Amino acid sequence: MGPLDFHVFLQPVPTGETTYLGWLLQGLRTTVLLSACAWAVALVLGSLLGVFRTVPSRALRAIAGAYVEVFRNVPLLVQLFIWYFVVPEIVPGGERFKQIDPWLQQFLASMFCLGLFTAARVCEQVRAGIESLARGQRNAALALGLTLPQTYRHVLLPMAGRIIVPPLTSETLNVFKNSAVCSTIGLLELTAQGRQLVDYTARAYESFLAVTVLYLLLNAAVLLIMRKVEARTRVPGYLGSGR
Amino acid sequence: MISIRDVHKSYGTVEVLSGCSTEVKKGEVIVVCGPSGSGKSTLIKCVNGLEPIQSGEIVVDGISVAARRTNLPKLRARVGMVFQHFDLFPHLKVIDNLTLAQRKVLGRREEEARARAFSLLDRVGLREHAHKHPGELSGGQQQRVAIARSLALDPICMLFDEPTSALDPEMINEVLDVMVALARDGMTMIVVTHEMGFARRVAHRIVFMDRGKIVEDAPTADFFAAPKTDRARQFLSKILQH
Ligand SMILES: Nc1ncnc2c1ncn2[C@@H]1O[C@H](COP(=O)(O)OP(=O)(O)OP(=O)(O)O)[C@@H](O)[C@H]1O
Ligand SMILES: [Mg+2]
Repeated sequence: MGPLDFHVFLQPVPTGETTYLGWLLQGLRTTVLLSACAWAVALVLGSLLGVFRTVPSRALRAIAGAYVEVFRNVPLLVQLFIWYFVVPEIVPGGERFKQIDPWLQQFLASMFCLGLFTAARVCEQVRAGIESLARGQRNAALALGLTLPQTYRHVLLPMAGRIIVPPLTSETLNVFKNSAVCSTIGLLELTAQGRQLVDYTARAYESFLAVTVLYLLLNAAVLLIMRKVEARTRVPGYLGSGR
Repeated sequence: MISIRDVHKSYGTVEVLSGCSTEVKKGEVIVVCGPSGSGKSTLIKCVNGLEPIQSGEIVVDGISVAARRTNLPKLRARVGMVFQHFDLFPHLKVIDNLTLAQRKVLGRREEEARARAFSLLDRVGLREHAHKHPGELSGGQQQRVAIARSLALDPICMLFDEPTSALDPEMINEVLDVMVALARDGMTMIVVTHEMGFARRVAHRIVFMDRGKIVEDAPTADFFAAPKTDRARQFLSKILQH
C-alpha cells in the first residue's frame, strides 16, 4: 500500500459526469433519503402497534405481539431478500412493480423492509413507554369521560413519547447503520458507492475512510437533532414516572 | 342518586366485593373506611365503571353503569373522581389539565372552558399557578388542582379515593378544607378516607368494609358512638390512636 492519496476523490468517474466524491455524496443522499423514509414508516406503524400492545382488546394485543416476534426474529438480510425477490412474485400487482425503474424498485423494497423491521423495535419502545407511565394516568383520563382513543391521543402518547426519546435515538441511529444492508440488492447507497469506488480506483483505505467519516457525521447530526427534540419536549418539574 | 345493589366483583378467581349494597342520596356525604385490601377502592371504581362487575347493579342518577347500552364516557363525565396520587397529566399546564376534558368531552369552546377553569382555580386558591406544570407544585396543590379538574365538568357527584393519604401531614388540611367546603355546598360525595376528623365533621354516614363486604353502614354519630361489630371497633381504636 502506498501513501494515502485523497486526490482520487476529485478525479472524474469513467463516465465523466461527476467525480468520485460526487459518487460518494450521491450514496450519502440515498442513505439519508432511504433512512428518513424508513424511519417515518417505522414511527407511524410502530406507534400504532405499540398502542395495540397495551389496549384491553386481546385480538389487537395478539396481532401486535405476533408482528413483533416475526419482524424482530427474522434476520434483516433475509427480510430484504423476501421483500425484493419473493414478494413481487407472489402478490397481485407484482408484475407491474417489476416494470418500474429499477432504482425505485430497490428503493421501495429497502424502505418497506427497513421500515417494517424497525417498526417492531419502535413498537416495543412505545409499549414500554406507555407501561412506564403511572398506572393512574389511564384511569384519571377515563374517569374524566375521555374515550380510550382520546386517552391515548391526549394523555398517554404525549407522555410516553417524551419518555422514549432516548431509546428512539438509538433506533434512529440503527436505521442509518442497517440501511447498509440494502447495498446487497444493488441499491447504490453510501456503502455500495464506497465499494464501487474501490472497484474503480483500487483505493480501499481512502474509500472506506471517507465512507466511515460520512457515517460518523450522519451519526452526529442525528444525535444533535434528537438532543434538540429532547430539550424541546422536556416537561418542567417532571422527574420520571416512579410509582 | 347512587345505588349499589348486591354487587359482586372478582379479579380472576378472587372475589374482592361480595354482595355490597348501599344507597347515597342527593347531597349526602358518605365516608368509606376499612382495613387495607378490604375493597374500598374497587367499590368506588365500580361506581363509574372503571372496573366491571360480575353481578348486581349500580345505578347512578337513574343510569345503570353496567348496562350494555350505557355510554360510559358520558356517564363518567358526570361523576367526578379524585385519586390518591392526584394523577394530573404531567405534560399539560395546570390550566390545560382543567380544560382538556371540558373541550374534548363536553365540547365547550376554549374561552368558556378557560373561564370555568379559572373560576375553579380561584375556588381552590391556585389561580396564580395556572401556567405551571403539575411537577412544579406541591402534593397538596396538585390534589387541589385534581379536585378542580373534576369539578370543571360540573359533576353531579364526586368520588374520592384516599385523597390525602399520599400527602405530607402539613398539606392534608388544605385539601380537606376544599372537600369540606364542597360538602357544605351540597355536593354528593363518596369519600374513601381514614381521616376520621373529616368524617365526623361532614359525613352523613359511615360505611365500614372488611374483606369485600360492607359490614357496617350507619349514621356518623352512631358509628363513632357505638360501632356494632368487633372489626369496626378494633379498626376505630387502632386508627384513633394515631
Ligand atoms: N387490578 C387488580 N388485579 C388483581 N387484584 C386486585 C387488583 N386491584 C385490587 N386487587 C385486590 O383486590 C382487593 C381489594 O383491593 P382494593 O384496592 O379495593 O382495597 P382497598 O380497600 O382500597 O385497600 P387500600 O386501603 O390498601 O387502598 C385486594 O386484595 C387487592 O389485592
Ligand atoms: Mg385503596
